Amino acid sequence: MSLATDLPHSEGQAVGGAMKTHGPGTEKPVPRRSPRQRRERVFQWLFLVPAVVYMTLFFGYPVVKNVVMSFQEYTTSTFFTGEAPWVGFTNYVTVLSSSLFSTSLLNTVLFTIGSIVGQFVIGLALAIFFQRKFPLNGILRSLLLLPWLLPLIVSSAVWRWILDKDSGALNRFLGDLGIIDTGIPWLTSTSLALIAVVGVNIWIGIPFNLTILYGGLQEIPDELYEAGSLDGATGWKAFRHITWPMLRPVVSVVLVLGVVYTLKVLDIILGLTNGGPANSTQTIATQSYNLSFHEFRFGEGAALGNVLVIISLVFAVLYLRASRRAVDE
Amino acid sequence: MTTVLKARTLRRTVPKPTGRKNWGYTALAIFFLAIMLFPVYWMVNASLQPNGTTLETSWFPLKPDFTGYATAINEQAGNLGTSLIISLGSVALSLAIAAPAAYALAYFKVRGAGVVLFAILISQMIPGIVVANALYTAYNDLGLLNSIPGLILADSAHGIPFAILIIRAFMNGMPASVIEAARVDGAGHLRAFWSIVLPLSRNSLITAGLFTFLFAWSDFLFALTLTTTEAVRPVTLGIFQYIGAYVNDWSSVMATAVLASIPAIVLLVAAQKYIAAGTTGGAVK
Repeated sequence: MSLATDLPHSEGQAVGGAMKTHGPGTEKPVPRRSPRQRRERVFQWLFLVPAVVYMTLFFGYPVVKNVVMSFQEYTTSTFFTGEAPWVGFTNYVTVLSSSLFSTSLLNTVLFTIGSIVGQFVIGLALAIFFQRKFPLNGILRSLLLLPWLLPLIVSSAVWRWILDKDSGALNRFLGDLGIIDTGIPWLTSTSLALIAVVGVNIWIGIPFNLTILYGGLQEIPDELYEAGSLDGATGWKAFRHITWPMLRPVVSVVLVLGVVYTLKVLDIILGLTNGGPANSTQTIATQSYNLSFHEFRFGEGAALGNVLVIISLVFAVLYLRASRRAVDE
Repeated sequence: MTTVLKARTLRRTVPKPTGRKNWGYTALAIFFLAIMLFPVYWMVNASLQPNGTTLETSWFPLKPDFTGYATAINEQAGNLGTSLIISLGSVALSLAIAAPAAYALAYFKVRGAGVVLFAILISQMIPGIVVANALYTAYNDLGLLNSIPGLILADSAHGIPFAILIIRAFMNGMPASVIEAARVDGAGHLRAFWSIVLPLSRNSLITAGLFTFLFAWSDFLFALTLTTTEAVRPVTLGIFQYIGAYVNDWSSVMATAVLASIPAIVLLVAAQKYIAAGTTGGAVK
């Protein structure tokens, strides 16, 4: 009856349908849903349709299209002629055998591991610190979120200026302390640029790790610590035998999500170093961007993008398993 | 993640024994905060320095100079406006798509809901560059490159999955009896949704809206890849252009950065409650 108020004209049709299926002529006692229920189902689905359409167009389609493009010679001329000849695995061979691939793969691994370890250790240390009760705890903790909320390109610009060789704040600070005599070329030296980029990404990721781990720590019942202290488990022992095992599900979610997000980082690297100097901060994501949008070899860019998807998918599987465990507990 | 959220809210209701006031820890926390927020301070400080003096930026803006802001506003006001329009458009589109979907997932338990949720989680693993790569070719054919609607649609990819999850988590906790009561009173699905469910979900809608705004405002990837001319240029791209070349006027770059940070800072201060709710749910973002 509720449907009648919303869709008066469809009522007639539905009634007609009811006559057909459940009229006296139908003998088969098939346990079919009544048309009203079916109509109800359809109507419920309508709420979901816009989201499904959007997700299909903006996530499903790109993934499929990318796979197709990776097997085509898709270049600038494709946009004029509309022709993208099939080339089989040529793009993959070109991309994977290029000398740049091993560099960017190594950089991606170092960037991801360095960022995750740094973010996690500092985030966990701060989360444990903020378990203590002290005035202004909540407000200070929420102000720590700021680095995470700023646009990444803003953070990149600010850090570019802080890490500037000649007049950056970091070098001036170190110089004032007498630690260094000449400016360190944080972003312009091939041996330091990746470290600097990892450092900035750690700064960005700390708030996220802190917040989620803090939530996880809050979940651990105080009684466990009370019981533990009776058995002599305090300090490090309490952390080792109570905190860590109880925090494990949250830890795995944080780590795997961190990996998945770090793998696709583009803004920070483009803003800080643009992949340079001499490709020393080039990752698979930035290299895929360069292939498509600087060299206009979209097929190769797509192939490299798919390599990134596959790496992420491995972690996606880990993530789903980890989150299932987290929900179970 | 939902469990984290629930557990946290539950826990907050339990009164905690208030111990001694540990101002020592507060001092230590302020010290940590000072280190973490130094770059933000430095951004503001550098934005207030006189133009062109890249040699010695003083540690404090003792003599604030607003030429950086004059240049920034002169050159970037249009881009800030573009960002604002795109972000507001993305909020409207994201909520319009996410709220009904969240309702269907939380309340109707429609068949296939699991698949949709799974797809949302998987979507988070797809690198933006893969989406951009494919969208560029499609946008080229559809004439959506260099257009505001094109960027609104693409930027919503940052917000819609997150908004669905946040709103759904909230609606899961909404008593079904309220909706059923409304429906018994003769309210149709649409009416129940519009006049009962949405008002009750106000907080989660605000949280989702704020984050959707921030995501679109911060978007850099789609601005970079889906525009080829200066016709439509969000401020993130404006900043990237500034720092893409050799920079000799950091005060206007930093002034633009400050202006581009205003939404994040305002929301953190003014809408702290909603931001906190979003970050916990952010475990899935």
